[in-house]
Amino acid sequence: MAAAAAALLLLLAAAGPGRAVPGRARRDALREELLLSPLPNGDVAAAFQFRTRWDADLPRGAVSHYRLFPKALGRLVAALGVQELHLALTQGFWRTRTWGQPPLQAPAGAELWVWFQPTVTDVDKAWKELSNILSGIFCASLNFIDSTNTVTPTASFKPLGLANGTDHHLLRYAVLPREVVCTENLTPWKKLLPCGSKAGLAVLLKAERLFHSSYHSQAVHIRPICRDASCLAVSWELRQTLTVVFDTFSSGQGKKDWSLFKMFSRTLTDACPLASQSKVYVDISPKNKEKELLEVTPAPASVYEAIVQGEKRTYAVYDLLSPSLFNTSRSLNVQLKWKRPQDTELPTPVLHAQRYVSGYGLQTGEISTLIYNTHPYRAFPVILLETVPWYLRLYVHTLTIITKGKENKPSYIHYQPAQDRRRPHLLEMLIQLPANSVTKITIQFERALLKWTEYTPDPNHGFYVSSSVLSALVPSVIAMKAVDVEQSPLFTSLFPSSDGSSYFVRLYTEPLLVNLPTPDFSMPYNVICLTCTVVAVCYGSFYNLLTRTFHVEEPSRGGLAKRLANIIRKFRGVPPL
Amino acid sequence: MSGHFLLLKKSNNFSIFQDQAEQFFRSGHTNNWAVLVCTSRFWFNYRHVANTLSVYRSVKRLGIPDSHIVLMLADDMACNPRNPKPATVFSHKNMELNVYGDDVEVDYRSYEVTVENFLRVLTGRIPPSTPRSKRLLSDDRSNILIYMTGHGGNGFLKFQDSEEITNVELADAFEQMWQKRRYNELLFIIDTCQGASMYERFYSPNIMALASSQVGEDSLSHQPDLGIGVHLMDRYTFYVLEFLEEIHPASQTNMNDLFQVCPKSLCVSTPGHRTDLFQRDPQNVLITDFFGSVRKVEITTETVSLDNDLAGFESNLPKDELATEPLKYAEQLPVAQIIHQKPKQKDWHPPGGFILGLWALIIMVFFKTYGIKHMKHIF
Repeated sequence: MAAAAAALLLLLAAAGPGRAVPGRARRDALREELLLSPLPNGDVAAAFQFRTRWDADLPRGAVSHYRLFPKALGRLVAALGVQELHLALTQGFWRTRTWGQPPLQAPAGAELWVWFQPTVTDVDKAWKELSNILSGIFCASLNFIDSTNTVTPTASFKPLGLANGTDHHLLRYAVLPREVVCTENLTPWKKLLPCGSKAGLAVLLKAERLFHSSYHSQAVHIRPICRDASCLAVSWELRQTLTVVFDTFSSGQGKKDWSLFKMFSRTLTDACPLASQSKVYVDISPKNKEKELLEVTPAPASVYEAIVQGEKRTYAVYDLLSPSLFNTSRSLNVQLKWKRPQDTELPTPVLHAQRYVSGYGLQTGEISTLIYNTHPYRAFPVILLETVPWYLRLYVHTLTIITKGKENKPSYIHYQPAQDRRRPHLLEMLIQLPANSVTKITIQFERALLKWTEYTPDPNHGFYVSSSVLSALVPSVIAMKAVDVEQSPLFTSLFPSSDGSSYFVRLYTEPLLVNLPTPDFSMPYNVICLTCTVVAVCYGSFYNLLTRTFHVEEPSRGGLAKRLANIIRKFRGVPPL
Repeated sequence: MSGHFLLLKKSNNFSIFQDQAEQFFRSGHTNNWAVLVCTSRFWFNYRHVANTLSVYRSVKRLGIPDSHIVLMLADDMACNPRNPKPATVFSHKNMELNVYGDDVEVDYRSYEVTVENFLRVLTGRIPPSTPRSKRLLSDDRSNILIYMTGHGGNGFLKFQDSEEITNVELADAFEQMWQKRRYNELLFIIDTCQGASMYERFYSPNIMALASSQVGEDSLSHQPDLGIGVHLMDRYTFYVLEFLEEIHPASQTNMNDLFQVCPKSLCVSTPGHRTDLFQRDPQNVLITDFFGSVRKVEITTETVSLDNDLAGFESNLPKDELATEPLKYAEQLPVAQIIHQKPKQKDWHPPGGFILGLWALIIMVFFKTYGIKHMKHIF
């Protein structure tokens, strides 16, 4: 008893962020990070990442004590045999051409893709249960995910974590492009964080500022990772990422200077006590290799240089756990001023894409995708994954891929036609993009007429086609070294890097809004009224004329009052009533 | 003598316990639930969402937790592209009160708010995969508050401009709830045009109903906000919200005050109520019996000592199995592997149907032409 009490006291005395208790190693750790990057056109992107790493074997169900890892997600992984889970809820669209390559992009709406363990026998049943449970946790209508919008990609969406083999029958992918993201999705997301929104970087997450933005994406990623360099044991990693792009022109009254207080209406006061690392990175990379045109206050304690997405970048680092940071003032308000005006020419990203629907009328149409490779001399392949709902009937014989005026045959093509009301179209192609070229992919479709109960309550809004996914290994100008996940910032270790000559990027195109031939839903009422009127007037009068009989009617003598009145009138000499 | 004294002391203790037991069961309910429904879609029906959120806000403030509230909003106003202040829903003009707040959990949103889902929530006949936050897990000791708002008419309430629920269906749903003992007492509030027609058909016991207008009258909206461009609240719910803002979890205000909340001078329509199915006198029914969640706490004087020997806990966990060779990450874009990925060959099935018939016809014609004895040249 005394020994246990002593151990408890020792534990309490040594409690502090990141310090290992002698005799008992902490099995889970939290790192939080905020990356502020000014975008080429003057807007500013803020990317939060909260990473909880847990050295436990979740699928075997051997855990019963949850500390930093949220219990709701831990039990989900254990019960349904999930190998990897990625759920993203996004409002807005990342404009690659003006904002540059995204660190981690998600399509508009809700996107869920899951790899299941090989031990799961009925993947579809587990998928349905998973989407229902997640819809309850995140207050999103993920229960609308069913076979009509789920696909099994065969080449895209390889696992981002440790994987034994990649049998694509264990993968499911679904997008709900109509899903709205609002505070009710942010609230449960914040509740999964160990510190909630009370301390650390999460105090900046106020809904009124976050949703007044051009792009808001919050995601949850669960995957198994190597526990250490030898990679003989598995740890589970939960990353909660939130990316938001603020339009500084409209919120800064025309000036491009920004500060944490202007963006979030809050400043940072301390780090999360449960975090082992809590840092803010500000991208101060000089453009065009000239001297800096950005000035950051307060002066950063250190500067970090890294090669991210093929470019050399410099970051100012603020470590919230270092005691010297809050010496001068109790709060940290990072401010950035532009020293000289921005160049009008924006740098174009190496890979970007655009998609649109063309055609006229409500019968046919054409979906066109344009993929741009702006690298001056390197060609690279890209996998395009398109999921089109069944009510837009694609004609695959009209699929054309044209690059620089000539036809470009894909090295791999997988097409799964749709079945009405059962599954959507799936088109996956591996296309080689020559250097400095534009590739145009077009396919024609025909619109189907739905049954009248299948229309949504607002059918004249249109029907959404979810974004197509482009996965590519973009060659980088500078060689990149392999990152050590534990030592480097979180935003560099999103995708596992294979070799230093290229980096993996996943882009999404715009979602499409297509009008289907919509009936006039007031017509049944109109038809009933008209028919009943016609029947009543025409047939009714006919029937009356044919069947009405006429009788002669004696005039009635009238009631007592009338007879008395008549007697009085007779006396007066006036005609009777 | 001492034995007699002991007996007196014991009976004293007994009466104390009896008092406590009586207090515990006076109002008859042990837990509170709320089902708040907004049935209208489209931006110009902003006020219906604001109505529902004001009741949600009051109910949360008075103590009912999110796990006991089923909130159904048929459209999203806060993050609607037409909302000049995103993530907010205001109830007063000049944007005084944001009823959406920072801590809101909507259980049924957008297309999920249908008559079928609403009736399934009430009666509990819900598919097994529905998560807990979407269920009404009430028992026979629950007091339930049901608030509905939207566009209605004489005998029906419109859901999302595409379907309706009638007063007969609603009354039958409540009867199902009564027969399954899913409520102890039920307070039904409705804020629509001709709202009183919705409670005309109730026939189950222990239901009290309030409506914002009588049959033949319209419920009117309160005030528009020129910055947002739409009407923000309906009159009846506006005055109910004002009334509820003064209630705190320990207040003793009773239902009769709620009945007087909106006189005709303020509301223009005549609010109505129905208490004939309710067993207690409305004078004795506290507002917090339905809007609040008064927890009954029993204080015990025993001490319980917890075992603080956690040191041995984690060492009892089974050791993780280590792999024999290092695990690796999958390649994100293995081009060679993808190109050589062959599609799975379908198993060969013998031809059936039309093809079989066609082949049978060809073979028959062949043998008829050349005679069956020529078969030996083939085989």
